[in-house]
Amino acid sequence: MAMIELKSVSKWYGSFQVLKNCTTQVEKGEVIVVCGPSGSGKSTLIKCVNGLEPFQKGELIVNGQSVGSASTDLPKLRAKIGMVFQNFELFPHMSVIANLNLAQIKVLGRNADEATEKSRALLTRVGLIDHAQKFPGQLSGGQQQRVAIARALAMDPIAMLFDEPTSALDPEMINEVLDVMVELAQEGMTMMVVTHEMGFARKVAHRVIFMDQGEIVDDATKDDFFGTTRSERVQQFLSKILHH
Amino acid sequence: MFTGFDFDVIQRALPYLGQGMLTSFGLTLLAMVGGIVLGTVLALMRLSSIKIISVPAGIYVNLLRATPLILVIFWFYFLVPIAIKHISGDSYAQGIGPFHSALIAFTLFEAAYYCEIIRAGIQSVPAGQVNAAYALGLNYRLATTLVVLPQAFRNMVPILLTQGIILFQDTSLVYVVGLTDFMGAASKVAQRDGRLVEMYLFAAVIYFIICFSASLFVKHLQLRITPPR
Repeated sequence: MAMIELKSVSKWYGSFQVLKNCTTQVEKGEVIVVCGPSGSGKSTLIKCVNGLEPFQKGELIVNGQSVGSASTDLPKLRAKIGMVFQNFELFPHMSVIANLNLAQIKVLGRNADEATEKSRALLTRVGLIDHAQKFPGQLSGGQQQRVAIARALAMDPIAMLFDEPTSALDPEMINEVLDVMVELAQEGMTMMVVTHEMGFARKVAHRVIFMDQGEIVDDATKDDFFGTTRSERVQQFLSKILHH
Repeated sequence: MFTGFDFDVIQRALPYLGQGMLTSFGLTLLAMVGGIVLGTVLALMRLSSIKIISVPAGIYVNLLRATPLILVIFWFYFLVPIAIKHISGDSYAQGIGPFHSALIAFTLFEAAYYCEIIRAGIQSVPAGQVNAAYALGLNYRLATTLVVLPQAFRNMVPILLTQGIILFQDTSLVYVVGLTDFMGAASKVAQRDGRLVEMYLFAAVIYFIICFSASLFVKHLQLRITPPR
């Protein structure tokens, strides 16, 4: 059974359809890159996966649970799915370590010592243990995003969602974040990543999904996606983002 | 210029005026705390997507904000005893005293204003923060109390305090139910001793000093707590 399964997921904002019959799946341990022009619905799609955005038609199964069903305990399901946002979204009124501890204590019920130990280990891993007591506003964008990844990992997620994790970063900070993500992919984390970083896709993705105007236009293995002749729309997009 | 005036009257009346000031401060502080607590609940209700929750809160706020404060004070002073009489079945209307009835009136009235301030404060917290809280598995209650409200209140502190200064001035209205606050005390002394000009001048100066220094403090605070985003 796939870890994440989308069956004809459709979503409307009023009369405007943002997602059109999106069907795909993510197996355990798979790394999927979702790309496409802005406004193509890729961020909306990934936010549907953990129920941050509701959808009107179709079915979305995560870890055997239907996300759209009213009987699903969404907070419980979300606690198992890590998510990293474009704008980091660290809590500005809490220190770095408190950001990592918060949900471990309040949602998973870990005690303060257990949580802090876990948090410190993860901060060491992303190279930011010296910044544990600082506030998010005192860190650079790249550092904040690494903290955000550590915060998501602190929940011991079964899968990770990334919504354009490097789009808000200055160019010189992109790699420090990508390095953490590559390492995570190589360890076998199940990942769904919305990004334009094709270098990342080439390195670790198993499949690449291309979206345009709310539709999944292409869903291919990495080698097929970058290798064989793709549809004109995909080629156009790739040539635009690869040669800028 | 002030020949013929007797400013000693102030000194003689100081203990009495001090007691009045304590009533003013007490009313202000208690009504502020109560108003902010109730206002927060109302703000969360108004922001709810469920109509049975948001509509009553909206009606309450609009009703109270369209009513003169003095009328609300009267209502509670005269209507609460009648309500108690009905509920308890006593043969006579048992009041709760001017202080408590004024306190309830101020709390309910201020809650309507605090509600709107707090609602704006909550809406000033970016939606991404709420999403991040939910994505970590926090439920509505935890996301609201741990992530949204702390940031909202931090942004709101200056305007909440400014509203408190206005409330402090408004407490002078309690003379209508015979409660002696600072203004009431000054007024009584003025009339008893026939020293209207001296006492009202003194009261104005004291109100000005307190409110102006409080607003300077708020301004200073405002500069210090620009949110570190």
